[in-house]
Amino acid sequence: MLIDQFPAIVVAVPLVAAALCAIVRNETACWLISLVVAFLCFVGSATMLGQVQEYGVPLSYKMGGWAPPAGIELRVDLLSGYLLVLVSLIATAVLIYGRHSVRAEIKESVRGWYYAMYLLCMCGLLGIVITGDAFNAFVFMEISSLSMYTLIALGKDRRALAASYQYLIMGTIGATMYVIGVGLLFTITGTLNLIDMAERLAPLLDTPAAIAGMAFVVVGLSLKIALFPLHLWLPNAYAFAPSAVTAFLAATATKVSIYLLMRYLYTVFGFSFAIEQTPILEVVMVLSLAAIFAGSFSAIFQENIKRMLAYSSVAQIGYITLGIALANAPGLTGSLVHIFNHAVMKGALFMLVGGIALQIGTVRLSDMAGVGKVMPLTMFGFVLGSFSMLGVPGTVGFVSKWYLAIGALENGWWWVVALLMLSSLLVLVYMGRVIEVAFFRERPEGAPPLKEAPKSMIMTAWVFILACIYLGFDTSFTVGVAQQAVDVLMGGAQ
Amino acid sequence: MEGLNELAFVLGGVNHWITVFLIMAGLYIIVSRSNMIKKLVGLSIFQTSVYLLYVSPGKIIGGTAPIISTDFAVYSNPLPHVLILTAIVVGVATLALGLALVVRINEAYGSIEEDEVYGDGDWN
Repeated sequence: MLIDQFPAIVVAVPLVAAALCAIVRNETACWLISLVVAFLCFVGSATMLGQVQEYGVPLSYKMGGWAPPAGIELRVDLLSGYLLVLVSLIATAVLIYGRHSVRAEIKESVRGWYYAMYLLCMCGLLGIVITGDAFNAFVFMEISSLSMYTLIALGKDRRALAASYQYLIMGTIGATMYVIGVGLLFTITGTLNLIDMAERLAPLLDTPAAIAGMAFVVVGLSLKIALFPLHLWLPNAYAFAPSAVTAFLAATATKVSIYLLMRYLYTVFGFSFAIEQTPILEVVMVLSLAAIFAGSFSAIFQENIKRMLAYSSVAQIGYITLGIALANAPGLTGSLVHIFNHAVMKGALFMLVGGIALQIGTVRLSDMAGVGKVMPLTMFGFVLGSFSMLGVPGTVGFVSKWYLAIGALENGWWWVVALLMLSSLLVLVYMGRVIEVAFFRERPEGAPPLKEAPKSMIMTAWVFILACIYLGFDTSFTVGVAQQAVDVLMGGAQ
Repeated sequence: MEGLNELAFVLGGVNHWITVFLIMAGLYIIVSRSNMIKKLVGLSIFQTSVYLLYVSPGKIIGGTAPIISTDFAVYSNPLPHVLILTAIVVGVATLALGLALVVRINEAYGSIEEDEVYGDGDWN
């Protein structure tokens, strides 16, 4: 059956298509190839998720016909299926969105390469999620990261180069830390298959090598996740990358690393070990709360809107890792739901800001006075997106915070709930600043005339904004899948 | 005897000591140097430590290649070597991209000293 081949297809097709784009290099052709491939991956991922949901058995693909654990296994269970759908969905949407923005921001000679890199990056991200092999995950991580550094460096501003370099150094340290951890675990277990490793690791968990391996893996992945205080690469990378790249990165890259962290903490090391015998969840908890507040406070003082949203991402990542640290079913559900919700709302906000960047030419707050009157669709979408970030009931932001709060209360940590509420006020401050400038100030005299961003950009962004509201009411997809995925995680290896 | 045991501990794990030394040396160079090329050199040394970490436990003294034959009972696991071939490729690609970025930074800023590049202009 063809569906049995889907796990290999969603990784192999973007890889081949990337090479094809690098050969063709005609902008329109490359765009079409990318769009078709991304959409195919989305359809494939959604089919696989549906299949897994229906039969309740993970899909396992033996790469090259070698049976796991010796061979590399591609594995789609509920959790990875959920992430696959997210990544391929965002990739497709950003391609539709990015046509104009890419034309405006990237030199004509490298646009073909842009699409090649974009597909490689998507291939890497899908690969990290779908693979059931620790070392294979590292290779995919580097495929996605290297193409991401290139995409960031394509930004118009020369600071994009410096930001990309900074990310390259920190990202490589993170990936190398991860692979050192995998090496230690491999040395004591003799296997790289994650499920097999979990079984063989169980009697060895309190050996120093296992604990050191865990520490290396967690620190390495935290660098990729941009968990406070390892987030220093993120604001510059998001702020100076081309707008379409920022929307794609913000919605997918860090989420995929969070997925891998969850896999290690809950599947490989096991739920009880992570909680009872190591202080890892306490550490993640403190860092998450620090991320929420440090990120939000920094966001308040930013002049550059993209940079402001980037700091806000640091804070939102804090919410997601907080759910991991709560280590109970509602908390983890909140965390998984927020992975999807944050991707949708932050993707939408970055898309709208990309429209502003295209029309005004800058994303500085001071240049945005009175924009609300000339670009009402963009700014109205921004207001709705802000509501969602704030967690107003009826938006996706509320749903995830609700589950996080229930998770915290289940552990008896009412002060975490209080901090969550307090942090929402900070969101109000930094998003409110933009809304105040855009709607309640006059356009300066003699400012050049402005119109709305191109339709394709506005429409894609609005689809996401409407999704923020729709998924705020109808949570059957996000919460439904997340709860089933949490059962898989909490139940350990399946 | 005590002293001998300690000596055996130090010598027995000599590959690990070298690995640890390379990790620390690489990280130290990345943190302490402001020259972007030197930082990349540090990064390469840091990545090199991983190669040793994987390859050295894979070697068994007296072991052969994994041949299915009654004549050879002890063999070395080939998997770590294969993994490290991949890791070397990744390392080379990273270094190449890093150097390419430094070339572009030099064109754009006229400097590859980190404090001049990052200290230059408004990052907000």
